[in-house]
Amino acid sequence: MAESTMTATEHPPTSTGRLGQRASMTQRRRRSSILRHGGLILFGIFMLYPLIWMAVSAFKPGHLVLTDPSIIPTELTLENFRLGWEVGEYTFLVFFANSTIVALSCVAGNLIACSLTAYALARLEFRARKVYFAIVLVSVMLPMHVTIIPQYIIFANLDLVNTFVPLILPKFLATDAFFIFLMVQFIRGIPRELDQAAWIDGSGPFRTFWYIVLPLMRPALITTAIFTFIWTWNDFFGQLIYLTDNAVYTVPVALNALVDSTSNQGVGTLMAMSLLSLAPILCFFAFAQKYLIKGISTTGLK
Amino acid sequence: MSQTLTDSARSGSQAAPPPPSRRKRKSWRRQEGAAHVFMLPWLLGLVLVTAVPMLASLYLSFTNYNVLSSPEFIGGENFARLVEDPRFWNSVRVTVTYVFVSVPLQLAFALLLALVLDKGLRGLAIYRSAYYLPSLLGGSVAVAVLWRQVFGHSGLVNQFLALFGVEGSSWLQNSGTALGTLIILNVWTFGSPMIIFLAGLRQIPEEYYEAARVDGASAVRQFSKITVPLLTPIIFFNLILQTIGAFQAFTQAHIISGGTGGPSDSTLFYTLYIYQKAFVSFDMGYASALAWVLLAVIGIITAVHFTLSKYWVFYGD
Repeated sequence: MAESTMTATEHPPTSTGRLGQRASMTQRRRRSSILRHGGLILFGIFMLYPLIWMAVSAFKPGHLVLTDPSIIPTELTLENFRLGWEVGEYTFLVFFANSTIVALSCVAGNLIACSLTAYALARLEFRARKVYFAIVLVSVMLPMHVTIIPQYIIFANLDLVNTFVPLILPKFLATDAFFIFLMVQFIRGIPRELDQAAWIDGSGPFRTFWYIVLPLMRPALITTAIFTFIWTWNDFFGQLIYLTDNAVYTVPVALNALVDSTSNQGVGTLMAMSLLSLAPILCFFAFAQKYLIKGISTTGLK
Repeated sequence: MSQTLTDSARSGSQAAPPPPSRRKRKSWRRQEGAAHVFMLPWLLGLVLVTAVPMLASLYLSFTNYNVLSSPEFIGGENFARLVEDPRFWNSVRVTVTYVFVSVPLQLAFALLLALVLDKGLRGLAIYRSAYYLPSLLGGSVAVAVLWRQVFGHSGLVNQFLALFGVEGSSWLQNSGTALGTLIILNVWTFGSPMIIFLAGLRQIPEEYYEAARVDGASAVRQFSKITVPLLTPIIFFNLILQTIGAFQAFTQAHIISGGTGGPSDSTLFYTLYIYQKAFVSFDMGYASALAWVLLAVIGIITAVHFTLSKYWVFYGD
């Protein structure tokens, strides 16, 4: 601990002083710093090794995947991607399109429904406010399994199984309580004077929301959008039960079907499609890292 | 009285503002209406997607329902059946083991690395991102598929062990080790609690440590007397969040066991059992009973956490 604080105050600009002692201290500091970085890098490689291995295996010829664990490839091929892409009756193009439709619709739903609800809870005065907010807080913890069975029965009776409606509709009805909570907290941080001024100038709640609060909520909206996209993209349970027809398969469900249909020699193919299925998340991660980290450190989102 | 007030306000000159009480009341009434318009989607969702299904699920838990014929009321029979169902008890055991082993380990890793990354480290952003990445991917089918390969018979783990001349096992085919691979997967996603810990560590004033150093407190003592107590609210937050999440884990177990929860039910997570009962054998009544038990257990565990928190979570002033 003492050493780490010394690294923080690097190279004090002293002209006097005992040179020999300073040199040894710098040396010790450097050695401990190298040790720490070395450890962290090794640990990072160890952690990320499976992912790196997946990426490399996706490009290896099938027979090498299981015999050669090295991540330095000797032969590269795109064969795995070709095989996986056209695996069945439908290509992965269809599954990617389905996943994209579902994920983007869910993003739209959460942005619209949660921001409206959050604005009312954070800024408007009405009798049931406290009760409603308490319900929002409790429903953050509610496991989906208590409602999923009747929901399934309802959607099945409405003939909506094998459509995207059961996956998308709940988002337009603000069922992701966590994002409401996140936005309420965020709006509370926006100075009240701003919307009060608009209010006094004669704009009603709708105009105030649209022109004043919503634009200021941008960071919260971005966080919500990114996490909704990633969660929906990763979601398996809902898509597994509602989408049973090949034509409406999303990427996770298609991947699950691929696992069942490929034997050991198809590992390269499986890795290729797995890698592709993670590509959108990896892209988001590369571009929106800052927001992701901020979102999680302030709210605890995964 | 109010009638005359309103009248006078209306007939009075334009310059005179309406009495404050009336103005306030009017805007308040407008907000009541507006609030309900704003909250309409949520209110609809609360009724249609949450409340009605919850009630329906509670009712179904007392019925025998296979989707084809209408539900038949059987009282508490599902719950009685549950008590005598060895697969139910097994799934409870598997899930509880998973939660109580993987969550503490995951949080320990998260805290340890947050501490290492916390102070004056170059390239913090890179490490933070690298360690966080698994959290983002951990719940996906793709990573579960990868895990199947990594712990498979000729997978990465065994290839690695072979380098040291150790013969690996069939981790996923062995009922003694299959759950372990899922626990490792969950521990691997320590990045998200780690980032929350990092944010928490930033909140601790540096002066506390300076004062402790002046008094000659050792690093261990600083950690146990300053860092841990001030971090307890964050530890508690992470604990609740990760526990609730781990109870609901599904994807990993489903993919790794091919949907069976095998070998010999050793990865039969509770949610996987609900899935099998509800959507494979269409035993909807029984599955609803299972779901309500899950809700009760999560509720109880959360309540216990909150009760115990009074004894160890330290909220400054």
